Amino acid sequence: MGGYTTSEIATIMAMQGIAGLSLFGVFLLMALGLAIIFGQMGVINMAHGEFLTLGSYATYVVATMFESYAPGLFSYYFPVAIVLSFLVAFGVGYLLEYGLVRHLYKRPLDTLLATWAVGLIMQQIFRSIFGGRGVSADAPDWLQGSIQLSQMLFLSRSDLFVMCIAIAMTVIVAILLYRARWGMRVRSTTQNRAMANAVGINTAKVDRNTFALGCGLAGIAGSAFTTISATTPTAGAQYLVDTFLVVVLGGAASLLGTVASAFSIAQAQSILEFFITGSMAKVLTLMVVIGIIMLRPQGLFTLKVRQ
Amino acid sequence: MTTILRLLGGRSEWLICLGVFAALLLVVLPLAFNGYFLNLLGRYLALAFVAIGLVMCWGYGGMLSLGQGVFFGLGGYAMAMFLKLEASTPEATAKQSTPGIPDFMDWNQLTALPWWWEPFNSFSFTLAALLLIPAAVAYVFGYALFKRRVSGVYFAIVTLSLAAAMSILIVGQQGYTGGANGITDFQTLLGWDITTDSARYVIYYICVFLLLVCIVLGQWILSSRAGRVLIAVRDEENRVRFSGYSVEDFKIFVFMVAAVFSAIGGAMFALQARFISPSQVGIGLSVELVVLCAVGGRFSLLGAAFGALLIKTAEMYLSDLFPQLWTILFGLILLVVVLAFPKGLAGLYELARDYALDHFGSNQSHAALEEHADKRSLHGREEGFLVRAKRILGGIR
Repeated sequence: MGGYTTSEIATIMAMQGIAGLSLFGVFLLMALGLAIIFGQMGVINMAHGEFLTLGSYATYVVATMFESYAPGLFSYYFPVAIVLSFLVAFGVGYLLEYGLVRHLYKRPLDTLLATWAVGLIMQQIFRSIFGGRGVSADAPDWLQGSIQLSQMLFLSRSDLFVMCIAIAMTVIVAILLYRARWGMRVRSTTQNRAMANAVGINTAKVDRNTFALGCGLAGIAGSAFTTISATTPTAGAQYLVDTFLVVVLGGAASLLGTVASAFSIAQAQSILEFFITGSMAKVLTLMVVIGIIMLRPQGLFTLKVRQ
Repeated sequence: MTTILRLLGGRSEWLICLGVFAALLLVVLPLAFNGYFLNLLGRYLALAFVAIGLVMCWGYGGMLSLGQGVFFGLGGYAMAMFLKLEASTPEATAKQSTPGIPDFMDWNQLTALPWWWEPFNSFSFTLAALLLIPAAVAYVFGYALFKRRVSGVYFAIVTLSLAAAMSILIVGQQGYTGGANGITDFQTLLGWDITTDSARYVIYYICVFLLLVCIVLGQWILSSRAGRVLIAVRDEENRVRFSGYSVEDFKIFVFMVAAVFSAIGGAMFALQARFISPSQVGIGLSVELVVLCAVGGRFSLLGAAFGALLIKTAEMYLSDLFPQLWTILFGLILLVVVLAFPKGLAGLYELARDYALDHFGSNQSHAALEEHADKRSLHGREEGFLVRAKRILGGIR
């Protein structure tokens, strides 16, 4: 590889690998909510990015409130912000499902259009309230700076934080889906709606809560995002395609697949970025993922579900 | 009045609608607007090409492509590359460090024209390329996707990613493609100044003519046997497959037709807007085009073309007056269309026509209507208006 020695390659790999890890956290956080909404329910939520933005703005508002009313407690605003972001996104998602999405379950492609319209409206509302320019909250001191791993390698605290949140959320979702009664109801609704209804599961209610939970997770992702970049009205929308690809590549309805594909896409992109330009790395990754989806339309990890 | 109604109920209905649409584009609009606005309308008509492609691909074929911008862009870039090369003569670019290549290449320290730009010096090659390249790309992706039975929402996501990949690629390869600014700053087509008012009229008429040709061609395909098979594939793919049809071939064919229509639209856009940029390729435009098609009517070529023109014209006026409200209004229109009348404007027209036939039509017009009952989902005057409205407007999957 073009004039690099082996040890240089190893350092580059490690550096880009660490950068890839933080991208992995971002992808995973984004994809978790979608893995539930698209993976479990088969609903294409084009407004998913806007729920992330909603969470970011909620966090920004909380930070601003703390700054002006309780400056002494500023370092501790984050837990409050995360909970609030979740609740706001959950609530809006709940209303969206009740008012719109549930009427369109029989027409999945129309859901796509309708949620895109909702995303458009949300973006414009954000723009009217917070302006088109990016806003950002000051990170609390324990999130600033970075940890030195070796002479060449640094890991910024905010990246580490995002990754920790991503992993924590994944564990919580896994427990909810596979170890809790709620998850059993969700999975049975996915696998056989009529039968689930017959054994007394209120599938309409399950749908509503599942959709809202997915949106809530996007809200948490948005909250975590404020530590790594400024929030603009279109902040979430730009990750939409990546997120969909992560979920499709991993195989809908497979949480393990989502984690694995988020990891591989993030690492591939980040390592390629060093050797070719960032945009070409992105294009190449997209094309490879599209190629894999063509070869395996059902995704890498799949559950056998009776259609 | 009764005569018109009788004709509207009969077989010649589509021809009448086409005639009205053609008269609107060819006579009314050129009389009502000056060259500047006509040029804007021409750009919107360029989008109508994509909308009618989507009617065939999505409305009739059930394949929702969120990547039509890719083909629109291929056509537009092919046309713009030719025009840019014509504008970049060594005399006109004498100030550059390498005269004779497009200005953005010079800014990006390119010293020679890339080999794949060379053929675009020829107008006939450009015309062939802007039809054949999109068709070939559509064939390759259609073949790969449909043979692997990628359909429904997965098809939508893959085409969406294609649009994203293409626009990122164009932005990234600034020296070869003009980057985020796109290809701009050209004035002549084969030595003919396209910036003058008379040229605007001529190009507008060419655009309308091509659009009408595409609509007639599309209607011909849809009403042929192939069109019937296509509808069957949309509604019951496996049953058609078991009947011995090669389902994929029909899908690939329609996807290619839609791609070629989009490319023609892209070329007309580049010619009238006198620029092409990655935002004409990416996700934003691709999804917007689907929206225009849905609002106009996803089952009607004329409806979709009219819808594209109407919405974009409304946007032109309203987004100036209420820049913030327009986006919200646009979203709300889309929501109402999706929820309440999925057949779009074309569905509203059908409802109005049937209402008029019931209340003002003579016995003859009813006879004509009954003769073509197979084409209509309506029928039954005994039902209440609302029941029928609901069935006509929303009675689809």
